[in-house]
Amino acid sequence: MLAYIIKRIFYAIPILIGVNLITFMLFFMVNTPDDMARAQLGAKQTTPAMIAAWKAEKGYDKPLFYNAETSGIESVTDTLFVNESLKLFLFDFGLSDANRNIAEDIKARMGPSLAIALPTFLIALVTNISLALLLVLFRGSVLDMSAMVVAVMIMSVSGLFYIIAGQVLFSKLWHWVPISGYESDWAGMKFVLLPVAIGVFAGLGSGVRWYRSIFLEQINQDYVRTARAKGLSEIAVLFRHVLPNGMLPILTGVVVIIPSLFMGSLIMESFFGIPGLGSYTIDAINAQDFAIVKAMVFLGSVLYIVGLILTDISYTLFDPRVTL
Amino acid sequence: MQQAKWFVTILLLTMTLQATVWNAPYPEEEIRSNTLFSVFSSPPKHLDPVRSYNANEWTFLSQIYEPPLQYNYLKKPYVLEPLTLTQMPQVIYLDENGSEVGIESPEVKFTLYRFRFRDDLFYQEHPAFVKRRDATLRYGNLNDDELKKIHTLHDFPKQESRRVTASDYAYAIKRMAVRQYHSPLLDTMMQYIVGLREFSKEVTKAAKEHFAKGERLDLREFNIPGVKVVDETTLEIRIYGKYPQFLYWMAMNFFAPIPWEADLFYQQKGLKQKNISLDTQPVGSGPYYLAENSPNRRIRLLKNPNFHLERYPTLSLQEANASGISRSLLQDSGKRLPFIDEAVYSLEKESIPLWNKFLQGYYDASGISSEAFDQAVQIGSGGSMGLSDMMKQKGIRMVSSVEPSIFYMAFNMEDPVVGGYTEKQKKLRQAISIAQDQEEYISIFFNERGVPAQGPIPPGIFGYEEGKKGTNPVVYDWIDGKRVRKSLEAAKKLLADAGYPGGISEKTGKRLKLYYDTTATGPDDRALMDWRRKQFAKLGIELVIRATDYNRFQEKVRKGKVQLFSWGWNADYPDPENFLFLLYGKNAVVDTDGAGINSANYKNLEFDALFAKMQTMPNSPQRLAIIEKMLQIAREDAPWVWGFYPKSLALVHGWFKNVVPNAMANNTLKYKRIDPVQRYEKQQAWNRPVLWPLLMLAVAVLLLVWGVRSAYRRRQSRVIRKGEA
Repeated sequence: MLAYIIKRIFYAIPILIGVNLITFMLFFMVNTPDDMARAQLGAKQTTPAMIAAWKAEKGYDKPLFYNAETSGIESVTDTLFVNESLKLFLFDFGLSDANRNIAEDIKARMGPSLAIALPTFLIALVTNISLALLLVLFRGSVLDMSAMVVAVMIMSVSGLFYIIAGQVLFSKLWHWVPISGYESDWAGMKFVLLPVAIGVFAGLGSGVRWYRSIFLEQINQDYVRTARAKGLSEIAVLFRHVLPNGMLPILTGVVVIIPSLFMGSLIMESFFGIPGLGSYTIDAINAQDFAIVKAMVFLGSVLYIVGLILTDISYTLFDPRVTL
Repeated sequence: MQQAKWFVTILLLTMTLQATVWNAPYPEEEIRSNTLFSVFSSPPKHLDPVRSYNANEWTFLSQIYEPPLQYNYLKKPYVLEPLTLTQMPQVIYLDENGSEVGIESPEVKFTLYRFRFRDDLFYQEHPAFVKRRDATLRYGNLNDDELKKIHTLHDFPKQESRRVTASDYAYAIKRMAVRQYHSPLLDTMMQYIVGLREFSKEVTKAAKEHFAKGERLDLREFNIPGVKVVDETTLEIRIYGKYPQFLYWMAMNFFAPIPWEADLFYQQKGLKQKNISLDTQPVGSGPYYLAENSPNRRIRLLKNPNFHLERYPTLSLQEANASGISRSLLQDSGKRLPFIDEAVYSLEKESIPLWNKFLQGYYDASGISSEAFDQAVQIGSGGSMGLSDMMKQKGIRMVSSVEPSIFYMAFNMEDPVVGGYTEKQKKLRQAISIAQDQEEYISIFFNERGVPAQGPIPPGIFGYEEGKKGTNPVVYDWIDGKRVRKSLEAAKKLLADAGYPGGISEKTGKRLKLYYDTTATGPDDRALMDWRRKQFAKLGIELVIRATDYNRFQEKVRKGKVQLFSWGWNADYPDPENFLFLLYGKNAVVDTDGAGINSANYKNLEFDALFAKMQTMPNSPQRLAIIEKMLQIAREDAPWVWGFYPKSLALVHGWFKNVVPNAMANNTLKYKRIDPVQRYEKQQAWNRPVLWPLLMLAVAVLLLVWGVRSAYRRRQSRVIRKGEA
C-alpha cells in the first residue's frame, strides 16, 4: 500500500503544476499587476510611483513566465511563476498582498469552518443512512412514496432559502438561538446549532434518495435472500448485511469530500457570521489578492487529491477483495 | 395524581425556560456592562496610520491614534480644534530668506506651522516600551524561543507606556516618506513639506538596502529639512507657499504620533510572520486601545487608562441652535471622556442578520438597508421621512444628515461628441442634464436618501448656498420659492440648437447614439440601466450601455476612452477646494498619467484661474464671490450631470446617547454613552423564547416514532401469521 501511496503522490506533482499554471494564466488574463496595485493601495489618487513601489515589493514587477532581460536558465527561473510556485510546493504560502501571513490566516479560519462542517457532515451521514434504511424497510409503502416526494421537494429549494427561513423562524420569531455569531469554546455551541441543523436538513433530500437507491440495489441480492431464509429479522438483515455491502459506493462519494470540509461553506459562514475559510478565496478574488488565490487553489487541489487517495485506501478496509 | 405531577413538572420547566433569554450573542455580564455593540461589514486591511485611508479602517484607528487636531463634535459648519495641542497651530508666513511677512504679502514663499503639544499625553501600555536598565528595548530582539511563546501581544509578560513627544509626530512624517510603507498621502505632501521629496528618495533607498539585508530601519537617524523638533513639546513644519488646507490634513491619522520603539519592535520578522505588525496592532495615545483584532470575526476596543484629560464639548445656546444640536445632546457637556468602557464590533457581511439583531437589541445602532427600509421608515406626503410605528414603539431614533459627498454622471470633455466647449456642445450637455430626472432617480433607487445636486459643492461645505442663489439655472427654474426642473421641451429645444433636433444629427441624418460605461453588470442593475436608457430616449437619443469590469472601466477613464460614466467623491476635508479641484484643468486624468482626479477632463482657463486664486484664500465674502463665479462657469459648461448629494440614515436605540452625525469627525466613540441597564431590560423583554413550537415538534417526533414502530410490528406479525397459515 505504501508503494501505491508514494506512486499517487508522484502522480500528483504534474497535476498540481498544471493547476497552478492555469491559475496563473486565468488570474493575470483578468488582472494586471497595475490593477492589483491600485486595488491594494486603495488610494483616491494612485500615482505611478506608488504602483511601481508596490509591484517591486511584491515581486509583481517580474515577468510572468519568461524573463527576456536575463539569459540562460534564469530567463525561466527569474519569473513570477517559478518564484511563487516553488514556495507553494514547500507549503510556504508567504504573505498575502495585504501583508498578512496566509498560513496563519488559514490556521485561524480552519477551526470555525470545521466547527460547522464536521458535525454537519457526521450528523447528515448518520441521518441520511438511517432514513434511507428506514425507507428501504418500508419500500413501496405510502411512507416510502411520501418520503420520496418530500425528498424531491427539499432538493428543489435553494439552500439560501433554508438559511433565511431558519434564521427568521428559529432566531427572529421563536428566539431559540442567536441569529449569527461565533465563539470558539463550548459557550459557542448555541451559534453552531442552527447552521448545522440547516446544513443537515438541506442535504436530506439528495442524501436519502442516493443512499436509498444504493440499499435498494443490495436488497434483492442473493445474500440478502439467504439471510432472510436463515430467519433473521428485517432490521438485522438491513444492518448486518445490506449496510456493510452498500458502504463501498457510499465511501466513494463520502471519503473524497472529508479533506475539503476544511474549506468551509461560503453562504453558510457569511450568513451566520462564522469566521471560517468559506469566503477567504472569494474575498481574495474580489480584492485581487493573488497570493491568497493561488495558495487556496493549490490547497484545494492538494486536499482533493488527498481525498481520492483516502477513498482508495478506504476500499481496502471495507472490501477484502480490493488490494492496493 | 400521576398526570397532575407531569403537568406541574412541564409547567415549571416551561416557566424556567421562558425566564431566560437563549438567543443572546454575548455573555450576560458583557451585556450588563458599559459596552457598545456594533458591526463592521468588511475586515479592515490596514491599521497602520501612515497607510490606512479607508472609512471602515478609520472607524477603529481614529479611536486609537490622536493627530494634532480634530473636528468639534457638535459644531456646524465643521470647525477644527486642538486635540493634542495646547492651542491651534501658530501660522507664520516667510519670504525667501526666511523673514516673517504678512499673509497678503506677495513675498510669501513659505508657511511655518508651529505646533505646541500637551505634556500629559501618554501611549497605551505596550511591550515595545519595556526597556532594560541600559535603556535598550527588552523585546527589541526576540529570539526563536521567545517567539515560540508569542501568539498575541497579550503573551508578553510586561507592558509599559511612555510620554508622547513632538519627535513622535516627526517620526510619523518620516515613516510617510518611506515608499515601501505605501502612504497614499506621500505624493500630495511632497508638493508642500519642504525637503520631503528628497528625503523620501533617501529613506526609500535606505529602506531597500536595510530590508534586503533583513535589517530594521531606524528613522531617527534621518531628518526632513522642513520638519523641526524644537523641544519635547514643540514641532515646526515648513511648507512651500500658502496652503491653508494643510491644517485639515493635520486632523487625519497620517499625522498621528508613532513611537520609534513600536516601529522597531514590529519590524522583527518573527512577529510579522505571526500577523503582529503595526498594520494589525496599533499603538496610540487615544481614548481606546485595540484589545482584540480578529478581522474575520470581531474587533474589540478597551478604554485606555493612560488617556489624557478631555471633556465633552460645551456650546452656547446660539452655537447649539446654529448647529442644530438639541438640549439632550448637551447634557454631558464638561464631563470627562470617554464614557464607554469597551466597544465590541462584530463582522456582519449580510444585512438580514444585522437588521434582525438590531431589532432584538443586540446592536446599539444600525444603518437601513434597502430591504429593511419599508419596515423602518415612513415617507410622508411631502416627501418627509419619519420612523414607522414599529420603530417608535421600540424607542428607536433616526439620525440623518446630508453627507459631504457627491455622485455625478460625467461627460468626457475630450470626446468629440459630448465634450468640447462650443455653444452647440454645451447645449447638448445642458439638454441631457435637464432630461436626467434626478428626483425620480433618488426616489426609485435611493429611497429618497439624497438631495439633487446644484453643483459640485455639497451642503455643509463653504460655498454651498440654499434657495434661489444656490440653484443651477441651467437645469432648474425658481418658481414660487421652489426649485422646478426645466421642462422636457426646454431640453429638446437645447438639443435642436445643438444640432440634434429630435435626437437626429443634422450632419448625418442619423439618430444620436451615446455610450455609457459602467461596472453595473449584475441582474440587480438592469432596472437602473433601463432607467438610464429611458432618460436619454426622452430626447430621442439612443444610449448604449457598455458594461465592463472595474479594472477595465478605470483604465478607460484614465485613458479618456469613455463618453459618459458615473462617479462619486467623498470629502477629505470640509473645504470647497476639495470639490472644485475635481474640475481643475491641471488635474485632468488624461494629462496626469491617470493620477489626476478630474475624470471629466474639464479644462476652462477662466475656471482654472479663479481656482488658483480661491485655493489659498481663507473663507470670506471675497472667496464666496469667486466660488459663485466658478459655479456659474461650471454650470454653464455642464461637464457633469450634477447628480445628487447622498443622505445618511442611521437608527439608534433609546439607550444609546450623544449620537450626532458628523461626517468629518471619525474619533466619535469617546463622546457616545450607553445606558446598559435599560438595554438589558429591553433585550430581556424582546427576546423571550417561544416554546409552543418546541412542544409541537417533540409531539410530532414522538408520533412519528410510535407510528413507524407500530407499522414495523404489524408488518412483522403479518408475515408470521402468513407462515403459520
